[in-house]
Amino acid sequence: MEIDPLVFRLSIFILSIFVGYYVVWSVTPSLHTPLMSVTNAISSVIIVGAIIAGLSGNSDSIFNTSSIFGFLAISLAAINIFGGFLVTQRMLAMYKKKKKDK
Amino acid sequence: MISANLSAIFYLISGVLFILALRGLSSPETSRQGNFFGILGMVIAITVTFLSVGNFSSGLVFVLIFLVIGGSIGAFIAYRIPMTAMPELVAGFHSLVGLAAVFVAIAAFLNPAAFNLGSPGNIKLGSLIEMSIGAAVGAITFSGSIIAFLKLQGIMSGSPITFKGQHPINAVILISIIVLIYLLCSTQSSNLFWILLAVSFLIGFLIIIPIGGADMPVVISMLNSYSGWAAAGIGFTLENTALIITGALVGSSGAILSYIMCKGMNRSFFNVILGGFGATEQSSGNKNKEQRPVKSGNADDAAFLMKNASSVIIVPGYGMAVAQAQHALREMVDTLKKNDIKVSYAIHPVAGRMPGHMNVLLAEANVPYDEVFELEEINNDFANADVAFVIGANDVTNPVAKTDPQSPIYGMPVLDVEKCKSVLFVKRSLSPGYAGIDNDLFYKENTLMLFADAKKMTEDITKNL
Repeated sequence: MEIDPLVFRLSIFILSIFVGYYVVWSVTPSLHTPLMSVTNAISSVIIVGAIIAGLSGNSDSIFNTSSIFGFLAISLAAINIFGGFLVTQRMLAMYKKKKKDK
Repeated sequence: MISANLSAIFYLISGVLFILALRGLSSPETSRQGNFFGILGMVIAITVTFLSVGNFSSGLVFVLIFLVIGGSIGAFIAYRIPMTAMPELVAGFHSLVGLAAVFVAIAAFLNPAAFNLGSPGNIKLGSLIEMSIGAAVGAITFSGSIIAFLKLQGIMSGSPITFKGQHPINAVILISIIVLIYLLCSTQSSNLFWILLAVSFLIGFLIIIPIGGADMPVVISMLNSYSGWAAAGIGFTLENTALIITGALVGSSGAILSYIMCKGMNRSFFNVILGGFGATEQSSGNKNKEQRPVKSGNADDAAFLMKNASSVIIVPGYGMAVAQAQHALREMVDTLKKNDIKVSYAIHPVAGRMPGHMNVLLAEANVPYDEVFELEEINNDFANADVAFVIGANDVTNPVAKTDPQSPIYGMPVLDVEKCKSVLFVKRSLSPGYAGIDNDLFYKENTLMLFADAKKMTEDITKNL
């Protein structure tokens, strides 16, 4: 009997939870705010679903209810992707070590 | 158009890059590289999606237009936002992830054929279950984050909003969500889908309103976790590895942060979620409050004490963020260092309104991160320090947490500030902190209260040094 592909996705999901668990525990507490903003940015990879929906219309009707929701989701996710990564970068650039000469 | 297998491999690669992005945050040195991996992963995922759909004739222009609109808004916000507003920003971003998940679920529900999920009214059962869970969690994330955002912005009162029968009502609504998902999956009725969304929006709103302002670190982390689970739910629907991996990562990340924050307050997760903390204690605390003598001083006294110290520990809290005092603080510390006084910073895990809030503000004010210490690292040093300078923190320094089993904050890990030879406490008034209880530290022999705005007081001290 063949294994349902769902089982494979479930395996990936469960293993990723464990990877996340260990990776996040190793994040230094001083970087917890950048951690939140970067997880925000990466969870917006949901944009891939939005793009599929946005491209789903055919040439006669680019706008159908489904694609409109897709377009809206694209802009929401894009705000998060750009905003999240850039604000993380801005924050991380501020973390500096003590200068040696002082 | 590229094959489904090839695109699946690329999605896997971007998932791995996202893991590396989080891995980079284990130290500030590797963190910037980590962020780059994250961006790379996102670029790969988006590019592969365009290539795998391959239908560029229609809609492409609009997809790009909306991408650019969203992207520019995001970039604009990222460059303009002041660092003190990070908690609001993160709450706002969470709400967008939640809403995007809802919209994608709606799009998939209305046009399942585009996602290979069957036809309207006849969606594959597994996909429908995943889709409705993703949509429900997304909706909860959205409305919950909106409330968190309003509370953090001060548009809505930060104090808990409670009413009779709150918990039974919430329980009924949560059960009805499960029933609705079951009915939706057995009937495929679109009406049920809309009702499910409406009820989920409502519960997100209802679970966050009873939670008070200072519990926001837990709420934000929890919503962070929810946004991950919503993404994972949609990931299962779309059979997309990148989304599943990311959702799991973000979900567990938010859960761990909530756990750390709860531990920092010595409260169970359920205690925080059920809310109402600080509302009841407030009234009883005021009633039996007796007048006790307090020593207060001015900037001159504070400067004198610090000038004669050989080591100073700074304890920042939310009040420093409110007063935007981090730069003034750093100038004061610079002057102290010129006088060969050793200065370090002590950060309580729940100081501020989100995990790591104080660290970002200090980093913004150019404080080197190796002078900033967490509670466990620095707590033993208070006994050997000459001066503790408490700026904008309150409950996290309250010795009652160690001495009075009756206190609502008993057992919470606190900074041993009272062990310092002298304590300078910058505060606007004697009013109790968030927990609604008096801080014993105010009345200690060795405490000097500095009643003023944190920023102004710090500037005045610097002048007097």
